[in-house]
Amino acid sequence: MAVVSKEKVGAKPIHPLDRFLRLDRIPTLWCPGCGLGVILGTLLRAISRRVEERKLRPDRVVFVTGIGCTARTTFYVGFDGAHTLHGRAIAFATGAKLANPELELIVLGGDGDIAGIGGNHLIHAARRNMDLLVIMNTNFIYAMTGGQAAPTTPEGLYTTTTPRGNPEKPVNVIRLLSAFDVNYVARASTIYPHLLEQYLYKALGMKGFRFIEVVSTCPEVFGRHIGMRSPTALYSELKKRIRVKAKPGIEDSALDWSRGIVLGEYIENDYPGYTELMFRGVERK
Amino acid sequence: MRRVYARGNEAIAEAAITAGLKFYAGYPITPTSDIMEYLAERLPDRGGLMVQFEDEIASINAAIGASWAGAKSMTATSGPGFSLMVEGIGFAVITETPLVIAYVMRAGPSTGIPTKSTQADLLQARFGAHGDYIIPVYAPSSVQEAFDLTIKAFNTAEKLRTPVILLSDAVIAHLWETAVFREPSEVEIVSRKKPKTRPEYYKPYEPEEDYVAPMACFGEGYKVIVESLTHDEKGYYRQDTPTQRRMIERLTKKVLYNIDYVFEYDTYYTEYADYIFVSFGSSARSVLSAVRELRRKGVKAGLLKLKTLWPLDEDRVRNVCRRAKRVFVVENNIGKLVWDVERILRDKEVFSISIIDLDLPTPDEVLEVAMEWL
Repeated sequence: MAVVSKEKVGAKPIHPLDRFLRLDRIPTLWCPGCGLGVILGTLLRAISRRVEERKLRPDRVVFVTGIGCTARTTFYVGFDGAHTLHGRAIAFATGAKLANPELELIVLGGDGDIAGIGGNHLIHAARRNMDLLVIMNTNFIYAMTGGQAAPTTPEGLYTTTTPRGNPEKPVNVIRLLSAFDVNYVARASTIYPHLLEQYLYKALGMKGFRFIEVVSTCPEVFGRHIGMRSPTALYSELKKRIRVKAKPGIEDSALDWSRGIVLGEYIENDYPGYTELMFRGVERK
Repeated sequence: MRRVYARGNEAIAEAAITAGLKFYAGYPITPTSDIMEYLAERLPDRGGLMVQFEDEIASINAAIGASWAGAKSMTATSGPGFSLMVEGIGFAVITETPLVIAYVMRAGPSTGIPTKSTQADLLQARFGAHGDYIIPVYAPSSVQEAFDLTIKAFNTAEKLRTPVILLSDAVIAHLWETAVFREPSEVEIVSRKKPKTRPEYYKPYEPEEDYVAPMACFGEGYKVIVESLTHDEKGYYRQDTPTQRRMIERLTKKVLYNIDYVFEYDTYYTEYADYIFVSFGSSARSVLSAVRELRRKGVKAGLLKLKTLWPLDEDRVRNVCRRAKRVFVVENNIGKLVWDVERILRDKEVFSISIIDLDLPTPDEVLEVAMEWL
């Protein structure tokens, strides 16, 4: 039997994960059908599992975000958090991690924040195998500013800044990151929350640079552009276009809206992270 | 304490270590790079890290992140790099982050002449970022001052929870001079105030009587919020006028109400001087020489050397110049500091001696212009 509470949400902790939330800031500003709630839920469950295993201390977790819908996650979590500048979350988090290596830095951002304006920091954090968990919410659109073209917007699509169709091809961040010796690269989706949680849980137990792209739904802005404003319609559409592969290769990684998008764990390594190299030192050549 | 023969950039790097620098983030740029090279060599042995980033944008944001993780942090750059950093400065301002930015001026605009100096950037140092704010700007005119003002910059940043600009120039950067480098035990070292309240009552932006809020850092259990949006004392985003007003008041008052601490200047022969020269940084060196030359000729000239370029203690400037008949403002740019002096001394005759010289205006150049009005 479902328990229905008429109390205003935010009054008292009810859910076991409420201890990781700032309940006075709930409800979120996210639209109905937005995938960000799923990302936050799975991430908190993954953190909770690591906390219970005593592999992670909640007071050492730091959420760092830039600007955008995804970046608002910092508002809602009951950890140390930084809602920084557009595109600069990775740079900020790198500084924090190097100044206190005991912290677990979690960077969240939209594809515009991470791979557009913040693309240079993404590349160089990957090059360093910097000890960060970076979660990129790919929703194919700039949502907070009202529906402009994003680095992941499919070719030919209408957006408010590409009224004649998007002339650009979307960025395949997975292939980009395959140029570097990073420790973990995976693609998940909010339509398969258990898979996403599994990847997040795994990445939280690793060192070095860990990147998870989350293909997500934005019915209110992206959905409206493609005639699928109903959350279930966009969700079902994504389900048709997404496949899960056990051991995908980089050749499977294209972010191709028309031919299908492959989820899976693309890269897994155990190289020393940058923090370790900075403090332990490297062999001078 | 040791007597050294050193250059300005080395003095900045050494003073930063003395002041407790633990994290330096930077990107190579002429004429500043030797600060990071020096720190790369020395900082790890003093418990800190020097990290070269992909650009100046990453550098300042990493330095801000490090400051919130508890480290005294710093970056250094020159004009083009500073232009890239200004969004980060606004971010450090609104989040009240202690941070030192050494800005070694070169000739501009744009790429200009990387190896040569001017003093064209004092307004950018003050006001580079958008929005209402006031941040301290210090300007050394010698290797000794580069050392002393760097320590002062760190102390001010920590005491007032604010970014601080140390505005040097290419002349001071590579000028070799004797100076005294002091040990940490021989100078005043200030560190940020920590909260005394329990985490559940802590508000990261709630000031105490000195107008400054205690600062909890990441990993200390306070669940701090570093917020780039307009926020209340708790760090929560608000979109109303009272919150905006309160926040801007907090950001500006903490600096203005501590002006006695922030404002530094030196005077030379200004008592009973008929003519007072106002200058700063490398230009002040030539002006002092010119003033001494005038004194030898029997002209009652004096020098007010500003070591703090922002904010200015207007009462003190007025007081130093109260008996002067005429005031000359000497600077190596189109005339920018003169706007302040004209405003502060509105009942006096203020003359701009603006000399653009890639090395340094010489004392003779200064005298040549000044003689017309003496």
